[in-house]
Formats: sequence, C-alpha cells, structure tokens
Amino acid sequence: MTTSPTGPSALPLRTVKVENLSRVEGEGGLYARVENGVVREVKLDIFEPPRFFEAFLRGRHFQEVPDITARICGICPVAYQMSSVHALEAAMGVTITPEIRALRRLLYCGEWIESHALHIYLLQAPDFLGYDSAIAMAADHPKEVEQGLRLKKIGNDLLELLGGRATHPVSVCVGGFYKAPRRAELLKLKPDLEWGLEASLATVKLVAGLKFPDFAPDYEFVSVSHPDEYPMNERRIVSSAGVDIEPAEFERVSLEEHVEHSTALHSKRADTGRSYFVGPLARINLNLEKLFPRAKEAAKTCGIRWPSRNPFQGIVARAVELVHAYEEAITLVDAYQQPALSRVEIKVRAGEGCAATEAPRGVLYHRYRVNNQGLVEFARIVPPTAQNYRRMEDDLRLYLPGILDRSEPEIARACEDLIRNYDPCISCSTHFLKLKLDRE
Amino acid sequence: MASDARPKLAVHKFSSCDGCQLALLSLEDELLSLVGEVEVAYFLEASSATAAGPYDVVLVEGSITTPHDAERIKAVRKDAKYLITIGACATAGGIQALRNWADVEEFARFVYPTPAFIHTLKESTPISSHVAVDFELSGCPINKVQLLEVITSLLQGRAPHLPPHAVCMECKRRGTVCVTVAQGIPCLGPLTLAGCGAICPAYNRGCYGCFGPMENPNPDSLTNHLQRAGASPGELVRLLRGFTGYAEAFRSASEKLEKTAP
Repeated sequence: MTTSPTGPSALPLRTVKVENLSRVEGEGGLYARVENGVVREVKLDIFEPPRFFEAFLRGRHFQEVPDITARICGICPVAYQMSSVHALEAAMGVTITPEIRALRRLLYCGEWIESHALHIYLLQAPDFLGYDSAIAMAADHPKEVEQGLRLKKIGNDLLELLGGRATHPVSVCVGGFYKAPRRAELLKLKPDLEWGLEASLATVKLVAGLKFPDFAPDYEFVSVSHPDEYPMNERRIVSSAGVDIEPAEFERVSLEEHVEHSTALHSKRADTGRSYFVGPLARINLNLEKLFPRAKEAAKTCGIRWPSRNPFQGIVARAVELVHAYEEAITLVDAYQQPALSRVEIKVRAGEGCAATEAPRGVLYHRYRVNNQGLVEFARIVPPTAQNYRRMEDDLRLYLPGILDRSEPEIARACEDLIRNYDPCISCSTHFLKLKLDRE
Repeated sequence: MASDARPKLAVHKFSSCDGCQLALLSLEDELLSLVGEVEVAYFLEASSATAAGPYDVVLVEGSITTPHDAERIKAVRKDAKYLITIGACATAGGIQALRNWADVEEFARFVYPTPAFIHTLKESTPISSHVAVDFELSGCPINKVQLLEVITSLLQGRAPHLPPHAVCMECKRRGTVCVTVAQGIPCLGPLTLAGCGAICPAYNRGCYGCFGPMENPNPDSLTNHLQRAGASPGELVRLLRGFTGYAEAFRSASEKLEKTAP
C-alpha cells in the first residue's frame, strides 16, 4: 500500500472497488473506502434491475401467485412457491393434510439438494482450492467435480418428478399439488438418493478439511424453528439473541431499509438497528439437535465446533444440510403412499396471512392480503439475501483491516470469497469481483 | 483459460431470474464435454475468469428495463458473432413486462420506500426491440436439451431442430387427455410453442404459455371457445398476460379482450 499526503495530516486512503461479483446469482458489486487502516465506508452495490413483483401481484388470482413468485429466483423457485402457498393458505384459513405437507417437504429437499450441491461444488469450492471456476477445477479434480454434478442432478431429478421440471416446477398450488406422483415412480429414485447420501457424507469430510480464515464476528443468527423438525416449511422465527416469534410478528422485529446504492431493500433489527445472519450456518447453529441422525453425527464428528461463528464454515453447514436433505428425502420416499386427494378444496374468502419458510439461503417471508374474489390486494416479500446484505457489509467492515497488507487482486479475491459464504442470490443475488484500488 | 481454437462462448444477464443460464450448469451429464468444445470466455455465474471479446456465441438472458441496460446490450451485440436470446424475458420481455400495462412510477412507489433511488424504463422489452438477434430460444425457463441442440447445431454449422408446432401436439404424443375438452380447464396449449414437453396438462392443469406463441396462432378461436365454456374475459386476460404476455400474439389478444369486455 502506498500513501500520500491529502491534507494537513497524511491520510493513507484506499478505495476497494469490485465492479461485478462473480459466482453469485444476479448482479452486484462492492465498494469500500479505508483511511488510516480504518474502514470508513462499505457498500454492496446491487444494480440488478428492479422487477416490481409485489406491485404486479396485485390483481392476480391467488392461484397464480406460486407460479409468478417462482420467477423471482431460477435457483430457488420452490422456496418462493412454498412461502407463497403457506402464506395464502394462512390468509384464507386453509388446512392441508399431513400427506401434502410431507410431499412439500420432499419437494423442498430436492431444491436444497440442487442448490447446495451447486453452491458447494460449482460456486464456492473453487475459492478454497484456488481456481476461477469449477470448469477449471475439473482439470485437476475431475472426481470431485463429477461427484458434485451428480449430487446436484439427483436433486433436479427429484424436482422434475414432483414438479414436471427442475426450474419453475408446475405442480405446486395453494392447497397442495396439481398432481401427486405414484409411489412406484418415487421408489425408482431410491438408489440414486442412497448414493447421494453416501456422497454427501463424503462431501462433509471433504469440506470440513478445508483451511478456513480465522474470522468469527458476533452474529445474531436467525432461522425458522419447529419443535420437532429441522426447519423447512414452518413455522416460528427464532434468533440466537432470544427472539421467538410467530411469522405475523416478523415485520415488527425486522425492518427493511432502502439505501441509495441498491435496488434491493436491506433488512435490520427494528429495535437495535443491528444486522443479522440467515442461511445454513444460522440453521445448524440454532437447530443442530433436530438434524436427521446421520447428518447430526456428521456435523458432530467433522471437527467443526457448533455453534460456529466463522462464516467460511458455512460450506460445512451446507454440506451437513445436504446430508440431511438426502436422508430426509429417503425417509419421505419410504413412507410415501399416493394420497387420494393431491390438493384440498379452497373456499375463497377475504383475508390476510403470512409465512416464513427456509429457502436454501435462509428465511424467506411472504405476506398477502386477498379479497373475496380471491384476487391479491397486497403482497410483501422479504428474501433471505436482502436480510443478509447489511450483515455482509458489516463482515467486510470487520474483515478488511486484517487483509490490507495484501496485493490489490488478493484483497478483491478475499472480499469476494467472504461474500460468497452467504451464497447470495442477487436476482432474489454467482462468482466475480473486480477490484479497483485508488491510492492517494 | 488460455485462448485456443475453440469457439468462444459468453453469457450475459439482463433483467431476469437466472433460471435460463442455470440451464447450462444443469447440463450435468454434458457440461464437461461441452466445455471441451467451446471456451467459456465470459460467464460470471460460473467463473471469475473472463476473456475479452469478440465472442463467437453470446447467450443473452433477461429483458431490457433500465437506461443503462439499453446501452449495455448494444456493446454486447458488437462483440457477438451470433447472439442468441435464451428464455421468455430476453425473447418476450418476461413477467416484468406486466409494467407495460401499468404505471411504473406507481410500481416503484409501491415497492420502494425511496422511489427516487430507482432508475427504470417505463417498459420491459425483449432484446430484439434493441438489437438484431440471430436466434431466439423460448421458455420460462428454457429447456436445457433445446439449449444444447442450439449450441451443437451452431458448432456443426446447421440449423437447430426445434419443434415449430403447438403444445397440443406434445400432449397427443404423451397421451395426455385434453384438460380443456375433458375438464373445461382454460389452457393456452393451442397457441403456445412446444418445447416444454406439455408438462402442465400432464400435471392436470392448463398450459400458461411460458414458451410464448407459436407461429401463426389463432387466439380468437381459443378465447371465444373458452368464453363459451364459462371463462370470464378478466380471467383470460390474466392467463394471456403471464411470462410471455408481451409477445405480440398474446399481447394483442389480451388487449382485444380488455376492449370488448372491460
């Protein structure tokens, strides 16, 4: 780092600028200004063009909502479908059957598998192993990349069977599914799911052995919580700082803020103004004991101490959840009997309802108001990545002072690696930060 | 990756959900052989390494919704030998084109506490409204097998084999009983380009048109039939204004319905 006098006293001023984040979903960049080793300003520039989903959902029929909200994210469409159907069912007082509930969890397992395998192997592993992409990594580590691709493919196969296609599945509706699969169809997937369980256990070993930077901020972790299940579809929201609320109280506790450098809203705690952390690391830290047995065993024997406050160990949390999702999927397939009715009847009535489910990247909150014609009057959607933005900025603020002695490309790379821990979904948010350092 | 004799592939994103470029990464069985045939030169979602243009094949996802993107697409075109749009957003404007029938400033006020921070165009438009496009691949999302066919055909120097007919034909091939005839469910299958495999009727629901209109569809015939079967004009306007609602055939059909029965 070079410095030069800029006023009465010499102020070593550095600007860190990353034009385009890579290996993240969607488009964003990063800017930071450092003076005398003190980080003065950090901004995640989110320039993903706004699409106004909450505005054009107004006037649509409630049954169109899960199809439309799926399009918020091509990587986690099921999460958007799940939060919207649960919220709309709450609005109209619809109770689903245990069979439909189980099938929804199975569908969600498919998405967690596809999304987690994508992030672990194709988006984040190159950071730890020093490659620009999984494609480049495949030249030296073909077995691992092929394992990752197959783990991902099985998730997609499950989504295709239950939903017709992996991206924007067509089977989900308010009240259940347009069609439920036959037991024989699901059983055909079992050998692959069993392979996936073993391969995901191997994945935990692989990623737990990576070298993690020494970094552990004082996070408030937030996740959905259920008394007997690892959180996925329902229902309360809890935090490591003692929050324990119904989804209806979410907007009182979490506040969305609009900042000039972003087309995404940024969330913070309404009372303390502090950032918080959602995603696999938050889920494991808050729900370790509710993991399925082999996932729990893998978590406890992999050498990571939980709760972990090291965001770089998010890759291990994601791998443990990959085990869980495969394990739970096998259990659900074994128990599955095709229900007589794939969807419950809905009596349209005016009402308002909300729900939070666990998208692969964390808590996803939806609230809707419908009229007596079943048309949407109001919609609010709070995606996980929007909740993490402020936390990412806080992380950069804490992380930067420790790495300022490095070269410009190294600083950029380190900042980008830090952001990728969050698996940001910028369209709702992939892999590249271009660094610009201005030295004065 | 070092420059070599392989054709250079670039992927660019505009206003979209990422689901169509994800189709490349979802070619799990073919991905590693595909990257043996083409150099992935610019694909931010998959790689931090970028090589400068010009590129032989450029895949464009997303629609144009901001003044900045209206300029960026021109630069993308300049660097592209073949520009192929992938998906409903790039080909028809996407679901975000619902703003084209509304007041986008009201939309911004509804969604954002400080609408002044938001810079957006009044309309969401397909890539072809801004620059010349060499090939349009439909779908919300695209079918990854069709994407592979388009890339393969380019590498082989032939025209891609993609079905030109309606979704109805795919239902017949699959043996799906017509949901409109048998159950009275409104379905856009007779107007919609095949390619998805007619999954919606196979899952016991009507097609919602995500592959956009086929060539020379007859929307009047379908909307008249569905109205006789009991569908309201409002319901049909919503059905036509989905993920490809701004494509000409669907757009004119929904506007006509709106005029005749407000």
